[in-house]
Amino acid sequence: MSLRTTPFHSRTAPLSEGQAWRRWAGYVVASSYELSHDREYHAIRNSAALFDVSPLYKYLITGRDARRLLDHVVTRNVAKAKVGQVLYTPWCDTDGKQIDDGTISVLDEQTFRMTSADPTLRWLHLNASGLDVQIADVSDTTAAVSLQGPSAREILQLAAERDLGALKYFRLTSAKIRGIPVTISRTGYTGDLGFEVWVDSGRAVALWDALIETGTPYGITPAGMLALDVARIEAGLLLIEVDYFSSRHALIESQKSSPLELGLAWTVATDKERYNGQAALDAERSRGPEWQFTGLTVDWDSLEQLYADVGLPPRLPTQAWRASVPIYDRGGRKQIGYATSGGWSPLLKQYMALAHLGSEHKPGTDVRMELTVEHRRKQAKAVLTPLPFFNPERKRA
Amino acid sequence: MKQYDTIIIGGGHNGLVTAAYLARAGKSVLVLERRPRVGGAAVTEEIFPGFKFSMFSYVVSLLRPEIIRDLDLPRHGLHILPLESTVTPMENGNYLAAWADHDESRRELYRHSPRDAEAYDEYGHLMHFMARAVKPILSMVPPDPTSFAPGDLAGLLKLGRHFRGLGGERLHALVKLMTMSSADFLDEWFETDVLKATKSASGIIGTFLGPRSPGTAYVLLHHYMGELDGVFRAWGFAKGGTGAVSEAIASAARSFGAEIRCNAGVSKVMVKNGRALGVALENGDELRASTVVSSLDPRRTFLQLLERGDLPDDLIGDIHRFKFRGSSGKVNLALSGLPKFACMPDGGPGGRLHRGAVSISPSLDYVERAYDDAKYGEFSRRPYMDIVFPSMIDPGMAPPGKHVMSIFVQYAPYTQNGGWTDARREEFGDAVVNTVEQFAPGFKSLILHRQVITPLDIERITGLSEGNIFAGELALHQLFFLRPAPGWAKFTTPVRGFYQAGSGTHPGGGIMGASGRLAAMTILKNGT
Ligand SMILES: Cc1cc2nc3c(=O)[nH]c(=O)nc-3n(C[C@H](O)[C@H](O)[C@H](O)COP(=O)(O)OP(=O)(O)OC[C@H]3O[C@@H](n4cnc5c(N)ncnc54)[C@H](O)[C@@H]3O)c2cc1C
Repeated sequence: MSLRTTPFHSRTAPLSEGQAWRRWAGYVVASSYELSHDREYHAIRNSAALFDVSPLYKYLITGRDARRLLDHVVTRNVAKAKVGQVLYTPWCDTDGKQIDDGTISVLDEQTFRMTSADPTLRWLHLNASGLDVQIADVSDTTAAVSLQGPSAREILQLAAERDLGALKYFRLTSAKIRGIPVTISRTGYTGDLGFEVWVDSGRAVALWDALIETGTPYGITPAGMLALDVARIEAGLLLIEVDYFSSRHALIESQKSSPLELGLAWTVATDKERYNGQAALDAERSRGPEWQFTGLTVDWDSLEQLYADVGLPPRLPTQAWRASVPIYDRGGRKQIGYATSGGWSPLLKQYMALAHLGSEHKPGTDVRMELTVEHRRKQAKAVLTPLPFFNPERKRA
Repeated sequence: MKQYDTIIIGGGHNGLVTAAYLARAGKSVLVLERRPRVGGAAVTEEIFPGFKFSMFSYVVSLLRPEIIRDLDLPRHGLHILPLESTVTPMENGNYLAAWADHDESRRELYRHSPRDAEAYDEYGHLMHFMARAVKPILSMVPPDPTSFAPGDLAGLLKLGRHFRGLGGERLHALVKLMTMSSADFLDEWFETDVLKATKSASGIIGTFLGPRSPGTAYVLLHHYMGELDGVFRAWGFAKGGTGAVSEAIASAARSFGAEIRCNAGVSKVMVKNGRALGVALENGDELRASTVVSSLDPRRTFLQLLERGDLPDDLIGDIHRFKFRGSSGKVNLALSGLPKFACMPDGGPGGRLHRGAVSISPSLDYVERAYDDAKYGEFSRRPYMDIVFPSMIDPGMAPPGKHVMSIFVQYAPYTQNGGWTDARREEFGDAVVNTVEQFAPGFKSLILHRQVITPLDIERITGLSEGNIFAGELALHQLFFLRPAPGWAKFTTPVRGFYQAGSGTHPGGGIMGASGRLAAMTILKNGT
């Protein structure tokens, strides 16, 4: 095929029952392996789901000024980050508008791995002038899997033959799995107990086999993007080009967002100086952001009634959707924002959505979400719900 | 002495639902459970170290979505996992499978009968409409057809409208469903015997009837009622076993302030001047409450907890006539590995056989013969069995690499000839494993531990009279406004302040919580 396949493709391809692939950063990865993503989703919350996340852009930043460079580029405080720490962080343009989000792993004092959703090499170089730093694009040479779910730790401990109990949330460690050198980070995109395992592409298949073999008695289940999409909505995690536009791709000003408007205020450091977007973000923080990013829970009775009105039992989306859906105030006339992702949570038994609303609306407020019922536009009642929808103790425990 | 607003007798899932709703409404609530743990027939126990069993009920069938929502059960740990295929091994080495995917299932049935494969969709379409007409009944306090009270009339009218809305053809089908045997009803649609056997087997669960007994067709609807919820999915396998459902409800009840006390068997409801004052415990303690609720079955509720003099004679007669006739048993096995079924040694595409149910119902004659044994007071030598492997769905149910196997068995009559003895129990267990062995040679060598449960055991452990799994047969003459007795189907009793909330009331058994919820609504409405 003309798109690239990941280093795990020889293992994932035979599992695909319906040949359902999705493109991601120029690669293809499974949408779902089985005809329905149902079981793959439940594995995330019930046992352990194994995702191929190799398409992420990955950069290795090394050198005396590596830390300085990153501290300047992103909004979180990298200067203070300890070796072994992983930071989730957005980065912004000079207007404080978000370009992308990703993670920074502190591998040692002068070695950092950065992941991003969009290519970031040029941006890093632009910011690195005059600094003593090397930036390598390791996207193709580093493969990664994400093992997510309540049994993830048990499986990895067995595979790595060591206790991972001390590996805290958003920390990393190097390890060996069947002699294969890997980095294990306690990170993921599901809001559950989970880990990502980073490996040299050449050893990727052997790593996959080791995890499957060790994990089978624990219910390890290869899972695709459809299942992940439901879990990340439950976890309230946003997705670039879906829940926000990169300021680099936006065509008009109103398509841009700041991290403060995206519920990421906690990632914008107040204890560091001189980073991209700082002045704009400081100003925005003191006047208060215009928008907020929030959860919405669609009221069941209201949904059921809309369908009952046309003589149907309630229908629910079988997959998470990615579309812009108008949100109105409780009167149903004034538009107060829009939802960008939504779907049914099979675990919580709730119809959830992620939405951008004016920042003045408080949790618990009744709003109306547009919905199409039998070809007609309707409005269902929905309630502002703080994110995340699902936040199990085991995620951090 | 502390005076509670409400004391609930029995910490099965229905009693807990009642407790949660009443506590949520601000009442002070105490639940009294005789056993060391809550759950009743919906319990998970580690019977052998490392192996956890849903000891009695094993799948969640029709847990009411409104309860899941009202009590926010997922946040209290409820996680319902899909259990969506059924494989029926046949005596000739063939099999019939129903998979999760509609096209796959149609193609599979086509292998047996192209005609049936087509009929299946039409049948499903019809059942959908009937299930929709009947389903609202599950969430409704039964109106009394002999009453002219406005509430009853309104209820009857609503019901009438539902049924009228069906239109002629579907209404006729509904009447057939209510009166025919499941075998006869299915005969009108299908020619594949193993399909009819497997479908009708679901209609005999918990009854003392066979697939050719009139009145068994109605239960075919239940499956479609579950399906109506579609992607909502209130049926399937509960992570942690069915005990996890009870635990989630108990946790919700506690979060609303309810108090739950285990090892607290109740011997009597204290009644004075026709009004309940509280309860007396088996240990002699007395506790007071303005409302007392029994979630026990009707026999215990009326004949054990009350005195004869508390009740009118006709009600006593009705309860004496209420049929229990337990007919089911359970065999729970700890296995060293998964059995290979001769009809599908590789476990089917992707090894999915063990992730769904295996139904031992190879033909209608097989199931009817199993019933013949029971009619004459013997357990079935070759019983109908519904088998699941919970550790394949929730790996936490067994040590890694090992498995638990749950076998629901019919028939095992409560009134076994000569009575149930330890030796009889083991004979019954042998009949079960020997029959499985015929379909899965080598299976017996995988058994590490075995627990055999007879109807007498069910009665002893859970208190369900005669071991009837539904607290009284789900036969048409014992449903709706007749459950448990005409005139007393609305959760009240002749004793003021004393209510019923168990599966012996409308809409009946199964892990539905509907009885418990409707009872709580009734109590809140009545104000005591
Ligand atoms: C073997 C078996 C298999 C089944 N399979 C399924 C299935 O797969 N799916 C399904 O949906 N349903 C199934 N059922 C039916 C379902 O489990 C029951 O209908 C349901 O659990 C009953 O709930 P309940 O709360 O009404 O009563 P119970 O669960 O019977 O609860 C009554 C409680 O009262 C307690 N009690 C009794 N006497 C006293 C006393 N004097 N004082 C205090 N407490 C007392 C008992 O210990 C018990 O905890 C099965 C039942 C059995 C027995």
